[in-house]
Amino acid sequence: MAIDIRIRVNGREHVVSAEPDTPLLYVLANDLELKGPRFGCGLAQCGACSVLIDGVERRACVTPAESVEGQEITTLEGLPAWFAARRGLENVPALHPIQQAMLDEQAPQCGYCYNGMIVKAAELLERNASPSDAEIRSAMNGHICRCGTYPRIISAIRRAAESMRSEA
Amino acid sequence: MSTAPSAKDAQAAAAPISRRAFLKAGGALVVGFSLGLTARPGRAQTEARGAAAGPPDAELIDTWLAIHADNTATLYIGFVELGQGTTTALPQIAAEELDLALEQISTAQHDTHVTPNQGGTYSSASVARGGPQVRRAAAEARQALLRLASERLGAPVEQLRVEHGVVTAPGTDRRVTYGELIGGRLFEIPFTGTAPVKSPEDYEIVGVRAPRKDLPAKVAGTYTYIQHLRLPGMLHGRVVRPRGQRAYGAGAKVIEVDETSIAHIPGARLLRRGDFLGVVAENEWDAVRAARDLRVTWDDTPSLPAFDALYDTMRADETDDVVVLERGAVGDAFERAAHRVSFETRCPYQAHATFAPNCALADVKADSALVICSSQDAYGARRVLAPILGLPEAQIRVQYCESSGTFGHSCYDDVAQAAAIMSQLAGAPVRVQLMRWDEHGWDPYGPAHVGEVRAAADESGKLVAYEYHGWHHNWSLIEPSQQLAMGSEPVPWPFLVSQQVSPQNCGAMYAIDNLRLVNHRLDTARYLRAAWLRSPLDLSLSFTSEQAIDELAYRLGEDPYEFRRRNIADERWLGVLDAAAEAAGWTPRRAAGQTQGDVVRGRGIGLGTHLASWGGAVAEVEVNKATGQVAVKHLYGAIDAGLVVNPAIVEAQIVGQLVQTASRMLLEEVTFNEHGVTSLDWASYRVIRFEDCPEVTPIVVQRLDQPYSGAGEEVMAAAAAAIANAFFDATGVRMREYPFTPERVLAALAGA
Repeated sequence: MAIDIRIRVNGREHVVSAEPDTPLLYVLANDLELKGPRFGCGLAQCGACSVLIDGVERRACVTPAESVEGQEITTLEGLPAWFAARRGLENVPALHPIQQAMLDEQAPQCGYCYNGMIVKAAELLERNASPSDAEIRSAMNGHICRCGTYPRIISAIRRAAESMRSEA
Repeated sequence: MSTAPSAKDAQAAAAPISRRAFLKAGGALVVGFSLGLTARPGRAQTEARGAAAGPPDAELIDTWLAIHADNTATLYIGFVELGQGTTTALPQIAAEELDLALEQISTAQHDTHVTPNQGGTYSSASVARGGPQVRRAAAEARQALLRLASERLGAPVEQLRVEHGVVTAPGTDRRVTYGELIGGRLFEIPFTGTAPVKSPEDYEIVGVRAPRKDLPAKVAGTYTYIQHLRLPGMLHGRVVRPRGQRAYGAGAKVIEVDETSIAHIPGARLLRRGDFLGVVAENEWDAVRAARDLRVTWDDTPSLPAFDALYDTMRADETDDVVVLERGAVGDAFERAAHRVSFETRCPYQAHATFAPNCALADVKADSALVICSSQDAYGARRVLAPILGLPEAQIRVQYCESSGTFGHSCYDDVAQAAAIMSQLAGAPVRVQLMRWDEHGWDPYGPAHVGEVRAAADESGKLVAYEYHGWHHNWSLIEPSQQLAMGSEPVPWPFLVSQQVSPQNCGAMYAIDNLRLVNHRLDTARYLRAAWLRSPLDLSLSFTSEQAIDELAYRLGEDPYEFRRRNIADERWLGVLDAAAEAAGWTPRRAAGQTQGDVVRGRGIGLGTHLASWGGAVAEVEVNKATGQVAVKHLYGAIDAGLVVNPAIVEAQIVGQLVQTASRMLLEEVTFNEHGVTSLDWASYRVIRFEDCPEVTPIVVQRLDQPYSGAGEEVMAAAAAAIANAFFDATGVRMREYPFTPERVLAALAGA
């Protein structure tokens, strides 16, 4: 039996009708038509579907939509605004610094995993302003890039950390 | 920090509507995507051109290029973007010949009603095969435009100058843009064959490190992957198959389906054609649940060799043998040689394991069909769909949309067929996305390989004889959807060089007078489904061949780099070998000099490629002899691919190839038992992650005077060999089987 689920995504309230066990991913992709979180494995193994829930990276493919009622969900689309709010910036930038750094490093190939890469890196940079190489690798290890762009993602995280420190 | 163009800019640049669209829009086939998703670039042109089935005439300028009134252009190419940069590199070639800025050119998506047939995006050939075609078309267009400009400006063609599509007559103030000249008309001019092309020394855009055109939208999250597309009134579908394929010849046979098992999901419907089972529902999660809950009894007769018996079965099985290459007298030369080595290897099935499960949408009507998929060859997909749907090819339109990187033939054609079959059965548009276990379990894998090589050198260290025997089966021609729905026979692929022992990786880089290569082909139907996986067979061949060469150097007491150098005559092989060695700071010494201690380090060198181009690599590894853990610390990879249109894109390709090679050598292996494949997700089929990722150094050997050749897979064989040789340098032990799992490493060390 479908029920009404009230979720807050990127600062907006939505009410959707869904089976109680519906994973958040299907609500975000189909009901809200968001393009950031996307299906990869449905098993929380790859990170394609990552979102921030109250600032913590979680896998939308195994998180029942009903379980996150009342929490603040941020997707790739909402990351620049989330960043601006955390930093008290007056204007929302077009891109989060990690998105800009990924572009500057020309990091993505197919880019499908970059939803998770960007969301996870943004979470990391929020709690660690100068992550070491080992800390970056450890934090990001739950995210697979089949194209093998890991070295450039690591460089982009370092670059973003630097730009965030210099702007702070 | 550079300023990134926003995704909005990217869309805007691609949006101009051509006069062709204006002229033909009345008869256009309108393909609707649901609101809320951004319209795809070039959609208006696509719709206008799509009124008639393709392929369009390849000898007409209009087939390749449209100039718009705002002085921008759309390039129509039969190659697809896979994240490898085709939609940046081919426009670079066109912009160069047309004297347009790269920003003025966008590309249309591959579509059987819109873009030319360039034979599929295979073998890293987009630039190698497509580049000359695009170059020629752009040069023809420029010649036609200059003729128009000459009339308009009253100045001879030779005196005209062009910059960014603005034609000027020097010494006058007269100017006209391409957009004004063609004014939205079609060229309607066939190729003349006389259009001059630029000389490489005059290049200003080709050879430049232009940023990728697709990346701003990909990092912003606005890029449309096929998984994002929706058709009006569509149903969500899932295939229902056993978890893990059986032998190709066994297919999957339904004994019984209990339809009541999904009665608790209102709106979910079972669709069946032969042994093909699918479920559809309006709500995607309902379709996922129905596929999960549907109770099916499958025929479970064992059809595969036991996992541990695979290689022995292959070696003992009947084969179809072909001598690929023979020169000199190998047997005599071996008998006379001072130094001989022989070496046997066993190389696993490996999966494409495409990161996004493949997805397709189909709208099949009584007399026509639209299929949107990620096939690397839309025309090829259409040809196969025709008999499945019982429709003439011209009534089927196949459009490409990007999914995640596929690295060869993954399940993209299979899922396209599944969507088409299900749409026909349901009488409605259907979107099918595979689940992770479908993709991992029904992938056409890179085939397993058994290699036996022997090589010999004379007293002076000159290679004098080389013989390679390789056992593997061909690829599978029939996709599971067709096989299950129609009961089609398991037909192997017809002959292709990528399916057999290749000279490029087996001795041809060395000057050897006596050489013999033999291919032993097994019956595909008795084994797992197979297809081309990035650098097909090459890693296995090179892993075998280059260890034998390395071993000869060791026996001779020589440095492996110097030994190779002395035995190579071809300057392009020398070029990549030197480039990799120089980048790695290689200093000559004999291998395996320091193998004591629990944690040992080694370095190795290797050569290899895929059919064209030249690849050289150096690897640095660390082996923990107590745990069997192998870490690849650093890979250096050099590619000579002739004239490189965009060195930054090729460097990115090398980075990916090196990381993927480390993954394939250390971790990747399809597992199965007699009943089917058991590696069905990222836990049971492991790939490299951040913590194990090596440092990488990509090296592009630029050859401005040589034709373009491929750069998307041509250093993997070299890197695979370098890793194996580095393991030997570290331990003094040769690995005969990969991936180098701790278990296998400990066994090899114990057996030494």
